[in-house]
Amino acid sequence: MDIEFGPDEERFRAECRAWLEANVPRPPLPSGDTREGFTAHLEWERTLYDARWAVVSWPREYGGREASLWEWLIFEEEYYRAGAPQRVTQNGIFLLAPTVFEFGTQEQKDRILPKMASGEQTWCQGWSEPNAGSDLAGISSRAVRDDAAGGWRLTGQKTWTTRGAFCTHLFGLFRTDPAAERHRGLTYFLVDLSSPGVTVRGVERLDGDEGFAEVFLDDVFVPDADVLGEPGRGWEVAMATTGSERGLTLRSPGRFLATAQRLVDLYRARAAAADDAWRDRLVDAWIDAEAYRWQTFATVTALAQGGRTGPESSMVKLFWSELDVRLHELALDLLGPEAELADGELASWMKGYQFALAGPIYAGTNEIQRNVVAERVLGLPRR
Amino acid sequence: MRFAFTADQLELRDGLRDLLAKECSPAHVRDAWANATGRVPGLWDRLVEVGVVGMLAPESAGGLGLTYADLVLLLEETGRHAVPEPIVETAAFGVPLLGRADLTVAAAPELVPWADTADVVVTAAGRFDPATIELSPRPSVDGARRLFAVRGRAEPVEGLAEAFDRGTLGFAAQQCGLADRMLEMTVAYVKERRQFGVPVGSFQAVKHHLANARVALEFARPLVYRAAVTLDPVHVSMAKAKADGAALAAARVALQCHGAIGYTTEYDLHLYMKRAWALARSWGDAAWHRRRVGRAIL
Ligand SMILES: Cc1cc2nc3c(=O)[nH]c(=O)nc-3n(C[C@H](O)[C@H](O)[C@H](O)COP(=O)(O)OP(=O)(O)OC[C@H]3O[C@@H](n4cnc5c(N)ncnc54)[C@H](O)[C@@H]3O)c2cc1C
Repeated sequence: MDIEFGPDEERFRAECRAWLEANVPRPPLPSGDTREGFTAHLEWERTLYDARWAVVSWPREYGGREASLWEWLIFEEEYYRAGAPQRVTQNGIFLLAPTVFEFGTQEQKDRILPKMASGEQTWCQGWSEPNAGSDLAGISSRAVRDDAAGGWRLTGQKTWTTRGAFCTHLFGLFRTDPAAERHRGLTYFLVDLSSPGVTVRGVERLDGDEGFAEVFLDDVFVPDADVLGEPGRGWEVAMATTGSERGLTLRSPGRFLATAQRLVDLYRARAAAADDAWRDRLVDAWIDAEAYRWQTFATVTALAQGGRTGPESSMVKLFWSELDVRLHELALDLLGPEAELADGELASWMKGYQFALAGPIYAGTNEIQRNVVAERVLGLPRR
Repeated sequence: MRFAFTADQLELRDGLRDLLAKECSPAHVRDAWANATGRVPGLWDRLVEVGVVGMLAPESAGGLGLTYADLVLLLEETGRHAVPEPIVETAAFGVPLLGRADLTVAAAPELVPWADTADVVVTAAGRFDPATIELSPRPSVDGARRLFAVRGRAEPVEGLAEAFDRGTLGFAAQQCGLADRMLEMTVAYVKERRQFGVPVGSFQAVKHHLANARVALEFARPLVYRAAVTLDPVHVSMAKAKADGAALAAARVALQCHGAIGYTTEYDLHLYMKRAWALARSWGDAAWHRRRVGRAIL
């Protein structure tokens, strides 16, 4: 057992910290889930990319620094500690990219990854449909073969597409074989949202931002070069990387450690009015953030020794999403009558609370994750 | 950074698990409930023999000269088997405190289990003088924990605070073992037990209870293992608070998912459940430990 970071890792941490301190925009950018905010965030992404901080764990040729998983965790801790902007490119770099690395052709990697890293192309996730949420294999948007043109024609509707109104591209699952068993006839497509036949309508989320979108596809042509993995194997391709979405990469511990620290600062500022029950909840949440950090260190140690993420990532998703709600609920309790403010510095807590409430819904609802833990970690019978 | 146990440490753990499965089975624990000492005849000698008791003592004092990181998984195993012996009190608390491995130590901040059969008794007041010690029995819900209020002349011992932290961490490890055992028993039970023509473990309400308890354990363990390396008092408190929570959650869910059979003393669940209840309120309960963490971070 060796629970210290080595001198190289500490140097890396110092380098991250110094760069972030010098570069993180102040005051904070407007929400990245609005049109103006999204543009401002893309400039920030460009700044990150130019200094090679956008995708630290990627190969150099695609804009990364070949950072180890440990260094990536350190980067994330420093990133959130510095109060740096949300990553509007996250669904590309954390959800699509691992899939491209695993299933993409060389041509696809070379074409897609650098522009994703720089933010020149931005990706949204087109999985959910009006009639397929938790039951993702129930999607009905379809793709029909167009041999003459060397590709596919996509028709249907995607929904709840995060930042779909601002992104340039969508990755998603479409049904290519209606006769096949539900999970089999699916194919993973990469869609240019400027293609003819695409209509995108922004949808206001709970917090008032236009963070959702509906994406309508009407006979949209997608060339064969934009099929990821084999046709008909879309389910396996998509599932291979759901671990990234639930666990580690999407929501690393640094985020919650930083929120817990901000909460401690808030508590201190309001200590006179704070009662013991709040203090107890605060400490409990702080311990949970630490627990997440150390559980992650155990997981990363296992991965570094050649392990793979399995159904355990569902436990991680349950834990961080519920922790995030608790952290924000407590902040609102501390703010008291000011909790409802929608403007000014304190409003970030209400905003954060509303986003935290989505955690138990997206990336597979927590009910679904509990099913996974029960059936695949504990081995209980399916019904 | 390598936050994992070595193959040797895991092997030691597995060896102790096999030994305890044979020599500290539920039947043995039941026997301890009923016998004169509350302990398993012969088990202590076996624990001495395999080196668990003296693990932290230097080799010159008859120990193995190993570290808490080597010991912690073994203590977790003693929890998994509800070992009715003052093993944490001796191996984690007493041996490093007294610098010798040949004495059985009974200890607790207040009420002391197995004080009548130990060589040395220590409480927050210090080490008791055998000539003046008076023990009054205070029966525990856990029939094997022979509990005593202790009176008499106590002498201060150097290093008591650190010793209490090491002991506390040992009980946190035991709580993880207990939680794991209760979950394992319950998973096995709900796969077998059928109602409405199906295993009750296929019902989602049952699944979700068990998933929640499993998650609590998943995130308590790393805190225990981290504290075993640092032995930092704040880390120990984080570990105890979360391990207590995980054990109590597992106990609650285990009973609920068993139904009435779990509510009998003929069924084994209560042996583990009652130990978890007792440990959760000794050596500082979760609220006490959170207050200690709070003083460090606020
Ligand atoms: C902020 C946010 C961002 C999102 N971003 C995206 C995105 O970018 N791209 C995208 O494709 N999707 C996105 N989603 C959609 C998300 O993936 C779905 O909301 C999620 O999969 C659940 O589907 P649903 O909303 O249709 O709920 P439903 O599946 O209809 O579920 C409704 C309720 O029933 C429960 N339920 C359903 N099935 C079961 C079951 N088997 N057992 C127990 N309970 C069950 C659910 O847990 C939930 O409580 C986003 C959602 C949110 C909130």
